[in-house]
Amino acid sequence: MKLDAKIPEGPLFEKWPKHKFNLKLVNPANKRKYTILVVGTGLAGSSAAASLAELGYNVKTFCFQDSPRRAHSIAAQGGINAAKNYRNDGDSVYRLFYDTIKGGDYRAREANVYRLADVSVNIIDQCVAQGVPFAREYGGLLDNRSFGGSQVSRTFYARGQTGQQLLLGAYSALNRQIHQGTIKSYNRHEMLDVVVVDGKAQGIVTRNLITGEIETHAGHAVLLCTGGYGNVFYLSTNAMGSNITAAWKAHKRGAYFGNPCFTQIHPTCIPVSGDHQSKLTLMSESLRNDGRVWAPKTKELAEKLRKGELKGSDLKEEDRDYFLERKYPAFGNLVPRDVASRNAKEIVDEGRGVGGSGVAVFLDFAESIARLGEDSVRAKYGNLFDMYEQITAENPYKQPMRIYPAVHYTMGGLWVDYNLQTTVPGLYALGEANFSDHGANRLGASALMQGLADGYFVIPYTVGDYLANIGPKPVDDSHPAFAETKKAVEDRIAKLLSLKGTKTVDEYHRELGHIMWEYCGMARTEEGLKKAKGLISELRADFWKNAIVPGTNSEFNQSLEKAGRVADFLELGELMVDDALDRKESCGGHFRLESQTDEGEALRDDDNYAYVAAWEYKGDNTPEQLHREELVFENVKLTQRSYK
Amino acid sequence: MSHISHPNTNKMSAHMNLTLKVWRQKNANDKGGFVTYKAADISPDMSFLEMLDVVNEGLIKKGEDPIHFDHDCREGICGMCSLYINGRAHGPKRAITTCQLHMRSFSDGETITIEPWRAAAFPVVKDLAVNRQAFDRIQQSGGYVSINTGGVPDANEIPIPKFIADEAFNSATCIGCGACVAACKNASAMLFVSAKVSQLALLPQGQQERYQRVQAMVAQMDEEGFGNCTNTGACEAECPKEISITNIARMNREYFTSKFFKEEEIH
Amino acid sequence: MSNLKTTLSSSLGKKIVMSLTGLFLCTFLIVHLIGNLQLFKDDNGLAFNAYAYTMTHFTPIKIVSYLLYASIIVHAMYALILTSMNKKARPVGYAQQNGNANSPWTSRNMGILGTILLIFIVIHMNNFWAQYHWADLPYAKYEVSLTDPADVKFTSIPFDGSKIAHTDYVDIEHGVKVLIAKDLYLIVGELFKQWWYVLLYVVSMVALAFHLFHGFRSAFQTLGWDHKKYVSAIRFIGEWGFGLLIPIAFAAMPLYFFFFK
Repeated sequence: MKLDAKIPEGPLFEKWPKHKFNLKLVNPANKRKYTILVVGTGLAGSSAAASLAELGYNVKTFCFQDSPRRAHSIAAQGGINAAKNYRNDGDSVYRLFYDTIKGGDYRAREANVYRLADVSVNIIDQCVAQGVPFAREYGGLLDNRSFGGSQVSRTFYARGQTGQQLLLGAYSALNRQIHQGTIKSYNRHEMLDVVVVDGKAQGIVTRNLITGEIETHAGHAVLLCTGGYGNVFYLSTNAMGSNITAAWKAHKRGAYFGNPCFTQIHPTCIPVSGDHQSKLTLMSESLRNDGRVWAPKTKELAEKLRKGELKGSDLKEEDRDYFLERKYPAFGNLVPRDVASRNAKEIVDEGRGVGGSGVAVFLDFAESIARLGEDSVRAKYGNLFDMYEQITAENPYKQPMRIYPAVHYTMGGLWVDYNLQTTVPGLYALGEANFSDHGANRLGASALMQGLADGYFVIPYTVGDYLANIGPKPVDDSHPAFAETKKAVEDRIAKLLSLKGTKTVDEYHRELGHIMWEYCGMARTEEGLKKAKGLISELRADFWKNAIVPGTNSEFNQSLEKAGRVADFLELGELMVDDALDRKESCGGHFRLESQTDEGEALRDDDNYAYVAAWEYKGDNTPEQLHREELVFENVKLTQRSYK
Repeated sequence: MSHISHPNTNKMSAHMNLTLKVWRQKNANDKGGFVTYKAADISPDMSFLEMLDVVNEGLIKKGEDPIHFDHDCREGICGMCSLYINGRAHGPKRAITTCQLHMRSFSDGETITIEPWRAAAFPVVKDLAVNRQAFDRIQQSGGYVSINTGGVPDANEIPIPKFIADEAFNSATCIGCGACVAACKNASAMLFVSAKVSQLALLPQGQQERYQRVQAMVAQMDEEGFGNCTNTGACEAECPKEISITNIARMNREYFTSKFFKEEEIH
Repeated sequence: MSNLKTTLSSSLGKKIVMSLTGLFLCTFLIVHLIGNLQLFKDDNGLAFNAYAYTMTHFTPIKIVSYLLYASIIVHAMYALILTSMNKKARPVGYAQQNGNANSPWTSRNMGILGTILLIFIVIHMNNFWAQYHWADLPYAKYEVSLTDPADVKFTSIPFDGSKIAHTDYVDIEHGVKVLIAKDLYLIVGELFKQWWYVLLYVVSMVALAFHLFHGFRSAFQTLGWDHKKYVSAIRFIGEWGFGLLIPIAFAAMPLYFFFFK
């Protein structure tokens, strides 16, 4: 199959308006004859479900949590970008577009990114109208801040809880439709497969997590809004339940997987404290606006710090290496996430890491506290400081924080065209679940923007076109494909439950995480990746022999849920490694040691790798097939990213 | 929030041994009861849920069913975790969720009692996990501004005084965990409901439906079978987001105003 | 009317009934206390008995007093309904509860405190109100000199069928103002000499103190009268006035009679 991104013709700024005009509309009276299944209720899912229901479609939503409000979008802290230019500081839709393309290291589609920047302004209006309490100034208007390396202040925020407030806004819109009877919400339901009828997605198979019942749901279109797959690394800032299963099943049913190796490592997380660690906690990178990142100048000093003979605050100014400020005088501590992360890793690799484990660098607020006063710093970051103290038992007002990068976001995801449709007609992917807008690296405060853009302002138009084309013919689950898919799901569950070996699922997950972090993390090499590939396939084989999955299907069985998810991660991990092996260049979050500039920066190879890698599943234990979507840049000039 | 003080500011490397009294219940219909477990070699740096992970790993290896409990983000914001630890919602420390509670808050040799949230409106699903859909239904009854996607005014056309926006934000921080209900001796949901009512009553966006909203949400709250507020303040003290009972007073005010002085009626 | 009915049957409606009746009872306490302070006067009960007569015979006050009885009954009844609803809201309790960690003891035990008060009110009404209305009390005759109000001649008149009635006149001839009234003061004095009654009274006042310590402020919270500009004043009045001063003043009377009369 040839990949067709369906990017509209014409100048950049005309593409989306023209495309919207060209998309078919569904007659208002016919809309209620369509059913749309929305899987996942984060920002993308809730906003899409609510918007589609408002238009008149029947919608069913599914989430594995006990309430739609708990989707992991809720944990986003920092903010949401929008090209409002309320600050009069030179922002514009074009600048946001340009920054996003550049920040993504030129591995995203121009057309998608421009549309994202274009609708960003509508998102803020929408959220404010819903009652989202964004930060305000004394004049009553919205406040903005500069965020994650941006040179304009275009980030809207709600203290350190922007994701929560935006999600609760979308959740309230969702609730309104549930109340009106246009949405039926299925909580504690996990999607375990897509039903494809005559080449089109026409339903899903779910498991009721409380009763274990395997259910089928038919619909005219299926929207996967199931988030990212950072948990393939075991430790990440994702929620414990975040998983790849829905997207992976879709992949196995024909949806290509785009750029799986593009993962984002976030620089300001609380370091790992021991093997028991189940997840990592991110602290908003807004901290880098006032905090200074440093490490001791020598290994000897680092050693003393690790042993606790010295405290961070004891070190004299001349013994400190503010390495980001030193290497990137223009951007300093505000360099993009991948750059900040990689530099921290270099420091640790040199033996200059701090903290008990030696796997951390300092983020110091002493100077800001001296300049602004402790109260002022508390007003800005109080909740983050409290959180840090809660976890580490150290007072960050007195001692520099210890930070280390952690897996945070996955730019890769299901390949979608301009309409957000995957390679399976009728199957769409929105938000972090798709690969589309962030290229090889996502800028801060852009994830919330993309999730809501897809849900509120893109999918309501594009899915209508598909529905108008297929017509309002009723769908139900009587087609044999439903029974077959359901059977496949039941068989797999039975197979998982038959595993009564010696190792727990968590142990496998942890091992997989170690392999991924070591060989497919912040710095990757051909040799390491090849090794990882072997290790993963061995681990996967062992899992299906020696794992323990207790309990039965017909009950609330968290072990079974976890086993299914880890089994899918074990397959995804190998694809990520394949993708990382294929991409013999460095770009954004993907850093191949073989491909760097003399200064140690990521060196792209635009002649050979300016494409989206879209992987096609070919069957178990068969290599996946790579399809390339060449990226065409008509508006921006590809340059070497430099933050000097 | 003021400073959090820790009994042990130096990293403790000494590991702890604990006895857990855990509520086990196979499903909603099972009677359930306490089962005692040993948690050995627990690091004080572990979170409470990580300690349970360790216990569960041991149970799985023995071929037993692990202890089921709700949890997801493990950073105190999703509201999924919900344990009643030693007689308190989310354990002994204030202003945090169970996932943010660390074992350094306990001492070696201690016996810890772990129960699910108890309320008729929150039936136990299994072990320590409960069903909190009553909260969703209350939100569905009116916890929103009735606007569709698109066609809204520019964000800055709705100026809001900062102190109002801040106050609304304080109410909006509710994570819907249900600790207020769990801690209340009457299993009342007033803090939860009033937080949403307050947020939208304070903001200009919420004015159009202000009085129907409070009536609808209170009616749904009553229908769910939560208890009545007796102003003990336990909800506020146990709320991980420190939402104030001022919200409850505000909701009372809104409700009586709507009932006695306004035309709006819910249907 | 149906609006009122639905409002009052909602959880918040029931609470408003509790708070309004409660606050009404609080205002009554002030009036009652002022009247009872007459007991401290060393006048053989002249002021007190006159006050008792006014309280039971002045029509507006009589109306208010029936409202008061109704309030007590409604307050107690609603408390019972709310408590049983609250019990139903948590059918399975906790094995371990640490209520002191999050709320004051008084706030969690309003029911127990209220029950003590209700029992006290029944005994109290039986001892004084019922006696005053229906028992054959002796009468007290006070002759107050018109020239010197401090010069009072007191005579006790034993109960004498229906021949005696409350009288209040000025005797110009003897230069005195005469008051013949039921001698409730005598009953009070006798009862306040009983140690068990004094004990009951004092214990009940302690219960009242705790009940009002939480109840007064709580009533305002329920009514939504909770503005940061005056919430501290409400708290002050509730805790120092109703939680301390008023119960102490009430408790002082039996103690005064017991120890000093």
